[in-house]
Amino acid sequence: MIGCGRVGSAVALQLNSSDWDVSVLDENEDALGRLGESWTGGFLVGHGMDLQTLREAGIEDADAVVVTTNGDNTNLVIAQVAQKQFEVPTVVVRVLDPARAEFYAARGLSIVCPTSAAIESLVVAVRSTEGALT
Amino acid sequence: MYVLIAGGGKVGANLTRSLLRSGNEVTLIEEMSHRFDKLEAEFEHQVLRGDATELFVLERAGIKRPPDLLVAATGDDEDNIVICQLARERYGVVKVIARINDPRNQPYFDLLGISPTVSATGAIMALIEHEVPEHGLIHLLELRKENLEIVEVSIDKNANCQGKRVRSLRLPEGARLISVVRDGKAEIPDEETQLEIGDQVLAILEPGKEDELRRVLLKP
Repeated sequence: MIGCGRVGSAVALQLNSSDWDVSVLDENEDALGRLGESWTGGFLVGHGMDLQTLREAGIEDADAVVVTTNGDNTNLVIAQVAQKQFEVPTVVVRVLDPARAEFYAARGLSIVCPTSAAIESLVVAVRSTEGALT
Repeated sequence: MYVLIAGGGKVGANLTRSLLRSGNEVTLIEEMSHRFDKLEAEFEHQVLRGDATELFVLERAGIKRPPDLLVAATGDDEDNIVICQLARERYGVVKVIARINDPRNQPYFDLLGISPTVSATGAIMALIEHEVPEHGLIHLLELRKENLEIVEVSIDKNANCQGKRVRSLRLPEGARLISVVRDGKAEIPDEETQLEIGDQVLAILEPGKEDELRRVLLKP
């Protein structure tokens, strides 16, 4: 897990409580607090753009990498490095901008775009009331 | 020439100024309002406010034409990488130049095929190496006006290039081997010349590329 904010920490906790061995990387030491006192997985303070840090976090043996730092472009670069340099079989990356998400999804990255998901849900939520209005 | 420049800091602003002065068409993109206001006062409609990693901003700046050249000169290396990828792969911009702020990020630009890149640290290091006498390379002559120099290299038993033909060497761009002295006899090497232990090789190259040349010829 690269980036341990609200999303990253929650994903880390869920995966760690199932069958995954999770190692978390975040620039900020305080992010460890989001994982709770009983966190049993790995935690490393460092930047996801640093190759040495990525190796220390265990990227060379990783079955999957999830990238959720707070910067779209940082996420996109780290994801491509995980994919191209370390050949991690599964790379999932969070991108907030739907336009960039679409472009990079077409280039073979597995992108999750919460903005697009929110747009869709909001439209569906409003549309679902259409019948009631007539 | 039509040039799109992303990032209006010192680098981007001065590039814009120079390119406009030499008669080019330029659009500069800057996101931060305090910088944008100053730039707009100087460049008027030729500067656009926005985040150059957003597709609609690039499109408003005219990336669909497409420009002859895009320079990604923001202070953020990840942004510069994404801008170059979008420009080249989505909009078919043929020529991109990326600024590298942190030289430790150079491998990422290389990995993702973004070149040429320019890094101030790298440029200064190249000059330092040029000034400091180096192991294995002797500076013979400097042609300052032509921006070329001639160096001598001795091929010893650990040298990488021994037994190789000139054509198989990946010499730095613009570098040529101009003479090979073997057993006291000088010859002009061609593509098929095979380098041997004991050869004294003269090479002509651009200052700053010594390290690259040394790597090709000497590294075991």
